[in-house]
This record gives sequence, C-alpha cells and structure tokens, in this order.
Amino acid sequence: MRQALEGSQAIAQAVSRCRPEVVAAYPITPQTHIVENISKLVADGDLDTELVSVESEFSAASVVLGAAAAGARAYTASSSQGILLMAEVLFNISGLRIPVVMTCANRAVSAPLSIWNDHADSMAVRDCGWIQLHCLDNQEAVDSTVQAFKIAQDTELPVMVCMDGFVLTHTLEVVDMPDQALIDRFLPPFEFQRALDPRRPITQGALVSPDFFGEIRHSHHAAMQKSAAVIESVDADWADLTGRRCGGLLTVEGPADAETAVLALGSMCGTLLEAMETLPMDRPVKLIKLRCFRPFPEEALREAMAGVRDLIVLDRAVCPGLGGPVGNEVKATLYGTEAPPRVHTYAVGLGGRDIPLDILPDLVATLDKPVGPFSVFDADLEKLAPEDR
Amino acid sequence: MIEIRIHGRGGQGNVVAAYLLASAAFHDGKFCQAFPAFGAERRGAPVAAFVRINEQRIYRRNQVRDPHYMVVQDATLLHNRSLTGGLRPPGYMLVNSTRPAQEFSDEFGVWAVTIPATRLATEIVGRNVPNVALLSALITLNGMMPVAALEKALADRFTGPILDKNVKLVERAAAEVEPGLWTEEVRHAASA
Repeated sequence: MRQALEGSQAIAQAVSRCRPEVVAAYPITPQTHIVENISKLVADGDLDTELVSVESEFSAASVVLGAAAAGARAYTASSSQGILLMAEVLFNISGLRIPVVMTCANRAVSAPLSIWNDHADSMAVRDCGWIQLHCLDNQEAVDSTVQAFKIAQDTELPVMVCMDGFVLTHTLEVVDMPDQALIDRFLPPFEFQRALDPRRPITQGALVSPDFFGEIRHSHHAAMQKSAAVIESVDADWADLTGRRCGGLLTVEGPADAETAVLALGSMCGTLLEAMETLPMDRPVKLIKLRCFRPFPEEALREAMAGVRDLIVLDRAVCPGLGGPVGNEVKATLYGTEAPPRVHTYAVGLGGRDIPLDILPDLVATLDKPVGPFSVFDADLEKLAPEDR
Repeated sequence: MIEIRIHGRGGQGNVVAAYLLASAAFHDGKFCQAFPAFGAERRGAPVAAFVRINEQRIYRRNQVRDPHYMVVQDATLLHNRSLTGGLRPPGYMLVNSTRPAQEFSDEFGVWAVTIPATRLATEIVGRNVPNVALLSALITLNGMMPVAALEKALADRFTGPILDKNVKLVERAAAEVEPGLWTEEVRHAASA
C-alpha cells in the first residue's frame, strides 16, 4: 500500500513484516527513529519479537550474533561510532557466516564530531566480510531490507543495508509498503542449517591453526563472490512479485551511447539522475548506480565501461592518504582492461554537505583538463590555512 | 514541481509542518518529499524544513535553495535578511505576524501575506504552535490542494478533541486569507 512515511518509519515497518524473532539495537543519530519505531510496534502489540535493550552497540551486535546462531531471524541497526563499536563483532558475525541483517543509517565518523551523512562508517568496515547494499531512496531502502533477509538466508552471509542518514532516514516521501502476505510469500520462515542445537553439538569460531586459516579466508571470499548471483536473482524475484527493482549489483541509467559516465552510490544518485534529465549538459552523461559495494561487482562494472571514455567516481568518504574507497576499487577493477576510461575520482557531500543539482555540470566541466589527483570536489580550500591545503 | 521552504525556531513544529504538508499532498494524489535542514535542533534555534510536491516521483535530494513559497513561523527570524535568499519571483512569503503584510512586502521586496497564526492556534487549540494555521493559509492562497487534504494528514497524526480543534483551526486560518490569490504560480509549476 502506498503511504507517505518518514524513511525510518518505513524501515521499521518493513523489518517488522519480515518477522524478526530478535531485534537488538542501541540508539544513535540518525538511526534512532528506526529503533524507536520498532519499539513502538512491539509496545503496541503489532510486532511479536524479542526486543533486547542493550547498553552498547557491541552488545547489540553480540545479541544478534547469538540469536541468529541459535536459529532466530535477527536484526539490528546503527550508525557512525556505533558501527565502529560493533566492528569486532561484525567480523565475528561474518567469519562465523551468521546470516543477520543490519541497517546502517550512514553518518560521518568523529573527529571532528558530525551527526550528518557520509559513508565513512560503512566504508570503515567494508572489509568485515558483510554484503553491503546502498539505496537510492526510501522505496529502495524498504525493498532492499526485505531482500536482505532473503539474501542473508540464501547465502548464510550477513547483509548491511546502507541508507543515507537524514537524507533518507529523516525524509518523508511516498513509499509503496509491501503488505504482510506478499512478504510472507517472498521470505520463507528463517531456517539455518548450522543453527546451534544441543542434540548435534558443533564447534564454531574456535582457534584455527595456520594450517587452515588461509583456506577459511579463501572460502569466505569465495562465498562473497558467489553471493553476487544471489543478490541479482533475489532482486529479479522481487521485481516479479512487485514490479520494482533495486538495481541488482549496479545499473546504468541514461543515454547508452554516452562516453561520459558518473559512478555513485546511495541517495546522491537521485540528485544526479534529475540533474542529467533537467540541466543542459556539454555532452551526454550516463549514471552508473552502484548498489552493491560488497561483493564489489567487478564483472558488471567492466561491462558497463563499454564505450566510456571518461568516468567520474563520486565517493562520500575519504581514505586519507590514498583517495576515495569506491574510486580505489573502480581503478583496481579497471586495471589491465582494454581501453579503460580516464578515471576522475572525487569525494563529495562529506559530513552532510548538500549535493546540489548543478554539481553534475560542474563535474563535467572538469573533464577538459588532464586527470588530476583525488580531491574533495566541493571543499573550499580558501577556508584552510595555506599549510593545510 | 513546487518547492517550499519553512522557517521557524526549534519547538515550533517545523519538521512536523513539512511532514504534514507533504502528507496532505500525498492524500491529494501527488508525490511528495519533506525533510528538515538537519541543523542541530534545539528549542529556539533558527531551523528550516523543505517540502517538494510533484505529479511524478521526485529524485533530487538537495536542499531547496530557490523555493516557490516561503513560510515564516517567527517573523523575528527576518532580522537575518538573507532568509529570503533564493525565493522565486514574485516572492510569495507567508508570515506568522499581526503586522500588515505590506510592511514585509516593502521591506523585503516580496509578495507577503500575514496571518496571526500563533494567536489563532492559542485560541483554538490552546497551544502556541503556529504551523497548522500557516499551512492552511498557504494552501488556500495557492490552491495547491483542498484543505480537506490537510485535514486528512492531521487525521493520520491526531485523534479525538486534538484533531477536532486542529480541523477547526484549519477552517479558521483558511478564512483569514483570499482563496486563490497566489494560484497562478501553482498552475505554472504544475505544468513545468
């Protein structure tokens, strides 16, 4: 049913309809409204789940780890410092191949303190072995949340649904909320083959000698790579059921023959799409909307590069001393390919800086110049002392 | 697409106003988007919220820089003269004030309308929160949607006597302004 909902409220409803058996979370801006709304659903008797109040994000992640290990569908959500406090447990969850789902309401990481949106938090844990999906709008956030439970179940890997804090979580917009019967048809009850069971004792996560550790890491990497096909097929199944897609691993939008492409992830893709359609541009531009950051869709990206001469990669995070996390992955993926595009890497919209429509023509205007080093495109260096530039 | 910017002080229900207006547009069959200007919200601090209303799905996420309409919940905010920055001609600005609209029009080069929203809200609802009265006046002035749509949005949030009082406030505030005075802009934006 179509409803006008705040993003967080929509996520809470979607999570609720996925029938989680255990929810544990610790409030942090801008994730708070998600947990508040889930608490309200429980208090009102609309959601039957074990809602565990915890004293930290470390505990929240530990609770969902244990719950899912015991065979329960489990959910948590966090942001920023909360994600970092969870970091150790996130590696444990994925290393144990425990299928839990988490919403990351993306927010900058301190210091300096910022409550606003960028991708520093989920990028900081990009190598923790979780699937990471990014969302264009609240419809995709809702749809991806439902899909995440299916993907987690089918791959036995944890899934992090990344949605831009405030920009999506605090925006009220029209969402077609999938009803309970539809979700029940799509998402079967949680079954976990390796669930802990005293009748069949097994050991997980125990000390592993050097004789096996490399093999285990290899198998985790292989499982992540295989999950790409599952992510695509789950999105296709969802489209069959609802008529809506979230964009599989990545999608290419705009004129197919454009030789200039912009690659981005998350809600800024919406602004870029509208800029492409409404603003006069020196040349045709297409958008590569990267939905799946982990596993990184190397093959799909190489295919999307056919005919592209200039690729602008927009990050919403910085790897100090190297560049932007997405830009770095893109360059690595394109290394050694035949006739790779020139890759221009920038960060934009850090710490909640507004990304205006006219950023697109401004970016395209830089293409006449030689490829420069990575930079924060919308930073005003005049604000810095000369020695800090 | 119609873009609206709401200015107020923390505690005046700015985000709620944006959400209510967007929800009302949804009830009127439109696509909508409403979000706060993500400031450090605290009581009394200047804050802003944005609303977009469109016939089609809305993709852009940037803050509203050049609104078709401005709603000012607290006229003292206009001490910051850059507040009206970006307001599109002819400068539709609805102000919560008991002063004559002409004073604002002359001072800021806009087409201002004023209503005593705080007084109406205090009298009818018993709380000095001017947002609902201003929204009612806005949609009456520009004919963007019937006040019934706003009443539906209120019914999503409130029940019982609180809802009844707010509906009464909507009717009362609508009677304060000339219906359709700003209509031309709505017609233009809808066709753009």
